[in-house]
Amino acid sequence: MIEAEKVTRRYGETVVVDGVTLRLPVGGITSIIGPNGAGKSTLLSMVSRVLPMSSGAVRVDGLDVTTTPGDVLARRLAILRQDNHITARLTVRDLVTFGRYPHSRGRPTVQDREHVERAIEHMGLGPLAGRFLDELSGGQRQRAFVAMVLCQDTDHVLLDEPLNGLDLKHAVSMMRQLRHAADTLGKSFVLVLHDINFASCYSDHIVAMREGKVAFQGRPEDIMRPDVLRAIYELDISVQQIDGDWIATHYR
Amino acid sequence: MSASATSSGPARTLLVLGGLALACAALFMLIEVNGPWDFVLPFRGRKVATALLVGYAVAVSTVLFQTVTGNRVLTPAIMGFDYLYVLIQTCLVFLLGSTAVAGLDPRLLFGAEVAIMVAFSTLLHGWLFGVARGSVHLLLLTGVVMGVLFRSLSSFIQRVIDPNEFVFLQDRFFASFNNPEHELLLLSAGLTLGVSVLGLRLLRTCDVLVLGREAAINLGVDYERTVSWVLALVAILVAVSTALVGPVTFLGLLVANLAYAVMRTHKHAFVLPAAALVAAIALVAGQLVLERVFRLDTSPRVIIEFVGGAVFIAMLMRKATR
Repeated sequence: MIEAEKVTRRYGETVVVDGVTLRLPVGGITSIIGPNGAGKSTLLSMVSRVLPMSSGAVRVDGLDVTTTPGDVLARRLAILRQDNHITARLTVRDLVTFGRYPHSRGRPTVQDREHVERAIEHMGLGPLAGRFLDELSGGQRQRAFVAMVLCQDTDHVLLDEPLNGLDLKHAVSMMRQLRHAADTLGKSFVLVLHDINFASCYSDHIVAMREGKVAFQGRPEDIMRPDVLRAIYELDISVQQIDGDWIATHYR
Repeated sequence: MSASATSSGPARTLLVLGGLALACAALFMLIEVNGPWDFVLPFRGRKVATALLVGYAVAVSTVLFQTVTGNRVLTPAIMGFDYLYVLIQTCLVFLLGSTAVAGLDPRLLFGAEVAIMVAFSTLLHGWLFGVARGSVHLLLLTGVVMGVLFRSLSSFIQRVIDPNEFVFLQDRFFASFNNPEHELLLLSAGLTLGVSVLGLRLLRTCDVLVLGREAAINLGVDYERTVSWVLALVAILVAVSTALVGPVTFLGLLVANLAYAVMRTHKHAFVLPAAALVAAIALVAGQLVLERVFRLDTSPRVIIEFVGGAVFIAMLMRKATR
């Protein structure tokens, strides 16, 4: 269970996240949607202690993220942010092995190596495992980073725009894999997504943010309504039910 | 691709480098001996020991600094570390005079200098994690400005100082392996060994730092504390190398990048010894060439800075074309 209480982040006078109080359900996929600058990524960074809060508190399974030792949290919660830049030359397998660091302290055991290989297979990176990251396309690199985070094997996984740079096939397969992991392993995922249709089709719960606050939250069918989407995006969006999923059309 | 296959490559490279370093040292010790062995061996041994120690200090401090900053064209010199040392020395001579400084207990002097440098680096990252909110770029910018300040202050004082005192100073700063003070060498070796033993437990954490701040925090690394420790280690190692032979700006850049290139791994357990060995080879071989070929007509610093500068420009050009 992730609980945020009056979480605020200020940069000088500008308030980016404004007193957000939120309880994220255990298990399943929660998606955070909203326009640019709504504070989605900032909230995710604060929840995962990568960015300090200006005020407020976040608890993960009852542990306060600002006071709990980093290595304890690293075995419960994993985050992947956007824009991962690495200067060293790492292979995909090297990178994914880092995901085991909280468990093995840099001395991977046989089990750790099995975890690594499984994560590589999961993300369809088998043939690329020995390649260096700078020899991969943006989408392949993104999958390698997601594999590292999955390899960390935490109950809570936070992904900031995991579909960034992925083509349709890999975006769908990524969402399917996350859904599968949520259903079979009981993990909780929190995703920042820009594609509301992916959020609608794969999430159990959607949190819509606007101007640093939570504007709406609920099941996909509660959020995927023209009046709600209009309030979030200031855009006329029609919603149709296709094969049981609520699909927004917002291209015209 | 098994685990043993991936780790035996770097291990073999390390062995080769170690062999090369040994060969260089042996060659340096044993050729053209025109005097009694019991004089020549300790005399040359001291030079080799200085070269090894300086090589180690410069290589390790540069690699660690590059890991923390996530940038492979930076050296601790950009933070003004070595010129802080120069400034301290210059101020001492200016205030006390060369005779008084030469008369000071070298151990005491060295200890005080190391303490000042560590205090400076602690101050800088105290500021880094307070005001600058963890931005390494701001830290670097401040370092560059401080470096220029230290350099200009030193050269200003050196201009107004008595010319005889200036010669005394210049003699101290010009990189040379010929006059290592015995006491200083022992002290530096002890200090280096001490911080290396302390730093051993950071070895695997440093591997994670390569991923950058956020990923390191995600993996449970206490980022601020680790970076503070690493920068303190860097400050001590720079103090050691600068005290022994003066500022050697480009040597670190040269050996660190050579080490990355030959080791092809991110693991510090391999990269650090490799960089230290490359530095040892470069220094001992350089000294050999200097003494036997150029007959001591030039300073090792000239050669190091020339080669290092060329490599630096080549690296920048390669980055620009990519």
